[in-house]
Amino acid sequence: MTLLSVDDLSIALPKGADRELAVKDVSFTLEKGEILCIVGESGSGKSMSANALMGLLPEGVRSAGGTIMFGGRNLLDLSETEMLSLRGCEISMIFQEPLSALNPLMRIGDQIAEVFEAHDLLTPRTRRARALELLQEVGLPDPETTIRAYPFQLSGGQRQRVVIAMALALEPQILVADEPTTALDVTTQAQILDLIEELRRKRGMAVLFITHDFGVVADIADRVIVMQSGEVVEAGVADTVLLTPTHPYTRALLDAIPGLAFTGTPRAATEGKPILSVRDLSMTFRTRTSGFFAKPRVVRAVKDVSFDLQKGETIGIVGESGSGKSTLGRCLARLLTPEKGVVKIGGQDISHIKGRALHAHRRRIQMVFQDPFSSLNPRARIGTILTDGLIAYGSDKASARARAAELLTLVDLDPSAMERYPHEFSGGQRQRVGIARALALEPEVIIADEAVSALDVSIQAQVLDLLADLKDRLNLSMIFITHDLRVASQVCDRIIVMQRGEMVEFGPLVQVLGDPQTVYTQSLLDAIPGKAHEKALAAQKEAAL
Amino acid sequence: MKAFWFRYRQNRGAVIGLVILALVLLCAVAAPFLFPRSPWSMVQRPFLPPFTMDGLPLGTDALGRDVLSGLFHGARVSLLVGLVSTVVALAIGIPIGALAGYYGGLADDMLMRFTEFFQTIPSFALAIVLLAIFQPSLAYVILAIAIVSWPPVARLVRGEVLSLRHREFVEAATLSGQSNLAIILKQVLPNALPPIIVLASLMVATAILLESSLSFLGLGDPNVMSWGYMIGAARTVLRTAWWLSFIPGIAIVLTVLALNLIGEGLNDALNPRLRRRQS
Repeated sequence: MTLLSVDDLSIALPKGADRELAVKDVSFTLEKGEILCIVGESGSGKSMSANALMGLLPEGVRSAGGTIMFGGRNLLDLSETEMLSLRGCEISMIFQEPLSALNPLMRIGDQIAEVFEAHDLLTPRTRRARALELLQEVGLPDPETTIRAYPFQLSGGQRQRVVIAMALALEPQILVADEPTTALDVTTQAQILDLIEELRRKRGMAVLFITHDFGVVADIADRVIVMQSGEVVEAGVADTVLLTPTHPYTRALLDAIPGLAFTGTPRAATEGKPILSVRDLSMTFRTRTSGFFAKPRVVRAVKDVSFDLQKGETIGIVGESGSGKSTLGRCLARLLTPEKGVVKIGGQDISHIKGRALHAHRRRIQMVFQDPFSSLNPRARIGTILTDGLIAYGSDKASARARAAELLTLVDLDPSAMERYPHEFSGGQRQRVGIARALALEPEVIIADEAVSALDVSIQAQVLDLLADLKDRLNLSMIFITHDLRVASQVCDRIIVMQRGEMVEFGPLVQVLGDPQTVYTQSLLDAIPGKAHEKALAAQKEAAL
Repeated sequence: MKAFWFRYRQNRGAVIGLVILALVLLCAVAAPFLFPRSPWSMVQRPFLPPFTMDGLPLGTDALGRDVLSGLFHGARVSLLVGLVSTVVALAIGIPIGALAGYYGGLADDMLMRFTEFFQTIPSFALAIVLLAIFQPSLAYVILAIAIVSWPPVARLVRGEVLSLRHREFVEAATLSGQSNLAIILKQVLPNALPPIIVLASLMVATAILLESSLSFLGLGDPNVMSWGYMIGAARTVLRTAWWLSFIPGIAIVLTVLALNLIGEGLNDALNPRLRRRQS
């Protein structure tokens, strides 16, 4: 039974945007009880389509044609009041970032009760009872306590469960999920996907699932729509689309997914003097809390980490958020001063040096940051961004600029980029600038902190290729921090698995991922989405041979 | 720059404000040429109402001085006081705020306690006390106004710097070996500029009001003609010659209104969060 049908939907962007139509002639249907995935890279119009469904288009953006038929009515023609009674009741939505979707000043129970209140249903007492039931249903431990908690007291996964509970409160027929697991750790992601799958089965509701991750699609979708710059390029049953894609774009996207590949021969660890040697590194954060008698909050972010990095080697540090991997990276780069321990680079301990001494050794470790948008000063030209460091280390302006041009060529950008500002570049290009900046001072060690996590898969693949290429050409030693085991398996020689600040596993890639020794590493591996798909793909390849 | 002007133009009030301010500025510049005689000199009999005599369109005050001439020369003083005191206040407030926000910890605590010390005293009372200690000359009026109006600047800059301090591009600058001073000046402050510009435009308006209030109370420089002095001098004859207070009052209202409109327009044009709504 068709619940919802979208026909030739077009959505116009305001004048001056990079294209005229955010979404162009998109058609699809949603059947009762199915999960339909819309996949695409950022800017493909997938979220816009979902927002149109909810009547939640941003200001200045309007629908320019087509129909969205639901229950015999065209949703695009409905007035705001009619939409209000529909939202939550018939169609509800969950969002990417559960923290910003919840009111930080309201208890969980009250927020769920508010859904009923908005639709004038039930009495306060029964609302509370329903809230409890819902929390139970979405699998939150101890609903009696959770109902009185504030959002900040819950973990990311628990918050997303609360948001789902709110969305389910009025038993909608359609659940729109806009990247609901993107902000979560892999293990949490797997749990939330299971939950959505289970709720779908129990309630027979239809789910419109928007994601950029083909692994997630493979795990959850019944049918798939692939979107590219506002248009549907491919649609069909999930297995067919994923295993035998017909459109070149779909194929390119599928190829760009980093697989968990660790069959390659690992670089023979060159024994000898390590370039970076870390011993018993610990870092503790103490937050001053208000009030004279309150105990300061103590977080032991990194506990007794030790390892050696050989020249030309890449060590991956993986773990979930809060495992201390970023803090470790920042301690090594001396953006933070470690509490105790030794960080030796080329025999020189830099863990506690200050001032002039630190300045002298700072250039030996450089970092590539996660967010290509906040890591470049929006008010400085690319040329200035690249030369600032060289000039700080005593280069004259002319030779610094010559070097900057060289670096831009090295990362496959045109030297004319020097005169332009960061906002004129795409995310992938900015990340290349970030890499060029890290290379500018000819460091001995590069720390890449989630350097490709904020990028689309196809761009991610390009940047990873670039890093691999640079690593070979310049014989770079790298520490690669990531939450994504698939990415780590592509670039790393050895892997450190971190959990709650401690190294739980350390060894060559093949050993750690192929034969994990701890339950934690195994659970990280199990949670990687799209494993079933990979197996099917492998089987397909074998059959072809 | 072009895009900035486009966004600014979207706010009609801001354009009107800019026009009014341009007129006031023109008056200030033209004053010595149009009225080469001192605005203090007597030109006609006292209490001449407006529009009764050619050559004196706004009449004369209680001592027979030309009101229009006073208005033009007063524009010079008002704008001068407004602009210079704002510049001085920024020169005090920005470094204090930037240092407090960037270094945090003890430096932050000490600088902010110092700022709060100034903030807790009612600013007008402090200005009066300062002028009672200093001589009431124009330079001291400006200084007194600057001293009472820098704390909001320091607080604003501190807040902005605090949020920019841990951006990745600032960390990247630290890693590339730049000194703290270079990072504050080249990386942090340029990004904190938009709200400071908006605040500054509003501070000019406040400074003009403060100067007028001080002159009204007779604490201004007795040698310069200012709008506040004109109102103050006419207050005793408010019932018989109301226009003597009314005319400079209108001048103050228009100028302050213009500056507020400009401030709002700048805020719209510079605030990235509002940008989307404009398009």
